Amino acid sequence: MSKVRIPTPLRKLTKGLAEVDGTGATVKALFADLETRYGGLREKVFDDSGEIRRFINIFVNGEDVRYARGAETSVNANDEISIVPAIAGGR
Amino acid sequence: MGYKEEALRKARAEIPEVSPEEVRQIVGNGKSIVLVDVREADEFRGGHLPGAVHVPRGFLELQAEAKLPDRSSDLVVYCAGGIRSLLAATTLKTMGYQKVRSMAGGFTRWKQNGHPFDVPQFLNDKDRERYARHLSIDEVGEAGQVKLLKAKVLCIGAGGLGSPAAFYLAAAGVGTIGIVDYDVVDRTNLQRQILHTDGRVGKLKTESAKETLLSLNPDIKVVAFNERLTSENVDAVFKDYDVILDGCDNFPTRYLVNDACVKHRKPNVHGSIYRFEGQATLFWPGRGPCYRCLYPAPPPPEMAPSCAEAGVLGVLPGVIGVLEAIEAVKIILGKGDLLVGRLLTYDALETRFRELKLRRDPNCAYCAEGRAFPGYIDYQGFCGV
Repeated sequence: MSKVRIPTPLRKLTKGLAEVDGTGATVKALFADLETRYGGLREKVFDDSGEIRRFINIFVNGEDVRYARGAETSVNANDEISIVPAIAGGR
Repeated sequence: MGYKEEALRKARAEIPEVSPEEVRQIVGNGKSIVLVDVREADEFRGGHLPGAVHVPRGFLELQAEAKLPDRSSDLVVYCAGGIRSLLAATTLKTMGYQKVRSMAGGFTRWKQNGHPFDVPQFLNDKDRERYARHLSIDEVGEAGQVKLLKAKVLCIGAGGLGSPAAFYLAAAGVGTIGIVDYDVVDRTNLQRQILHTDGRVGKLKTESAKETLLSLNPDIKVVAFNERLTSENVDAVFKDYDVILDGCDNFPTRYLVNDACVKHRKPNVHGSIYRFEGQATLFWPGRGPCYRCLYPAPPPPEMAPSCAEAGVLGVLPGVIGVLEAIEAVKIILGKGDLLVGRLLTYDALETRFRELKLRRDPNCAYCAEGRAFPGYIDYQGFCGV
């Protein structure tokens, strides 16, 4: 089981939860698992071709998966996954 | 022969002399010599050769070892006219310095012949009082405070992030603070935008900001840019500033700020907030990733959170804006570990900071090494939060 940090803009898809548990050996598999409980989350993070959207970053234990194997990056039990979307607010 | 003449005769026999022209040439050729100014403190303050080490003649025996640790280095000693430096040079020889020369004619001839010199800045008594708590920490001190007073920081936005950031920068004595904002103060701003006041609702934010900052610190300069940042004016607005502090509220401006910082290689202190969450990092082109390494392109309007969802805990921008101000101060002082390549996230509800590692994208469309600047993009304006 891995812990997934949900950023505020996506919490309406996780019933307001800031952190959810999921299982999967890769980032992609993990989100497939999450999708069964939190419908709509996957399409916010991945585009139609299964790539991580360009304005969203996913970090596994603080490391950006784009510099690992992207959606195929392996995930181990107890890893912490963070979804970090671009946020413009400042006013 | 009197004592003075005898001492000088002996010194001349022992110490080779060099003319200011020769010294200028040696320095210009990039040869490593150490210039040693042996005049009194008030003379040194009036102007000195660039890069000179100041060791007053009366303190040679006490200070030379600490200030000139390498006894084999090539020393050129100077004073005002070339006499004291000869005598000082013999002392340095006695202390074991192997290669010591004296500059004939001293600083007077150097200046007369039109060679460059530095006039160091020192704090006046009023500054010493105002910045007393800075002067008593080694990492700032007098030299650091002079750096702050000379520094120019441009705040993009006088809103949630820009307010606390500019407020503290003014207090810290950042000598020039530029503020870019075209908006007017609205009563809904006052829950978090602490530069503004209830009595200034309807006034320009830049003017309101200027009034607050100058009432806190009347010795600084506040420059108001009452305009929207665009690809047309961004080069001119950024030109004079050392550090850019991004506290804007929309994607088109964030990308424009990033791209201009890449183009001009300026440090871009980044902060953003949403409800109870904030992020801060430092994008410093050439030293670490830029905003586009992290997010190559802005989200399309339909994927950005809608305006109706906008909302923020009023105190949150205080935390993030002040983090930005601290990074700006560290950049100016050249101290500490900067937030380059580190995204700091703060969750106010959990009271938790996390740090994520950011990397430079070797194929970044803007900051990749050797890439020609692709030009600015004016993204369509939409309500991004």
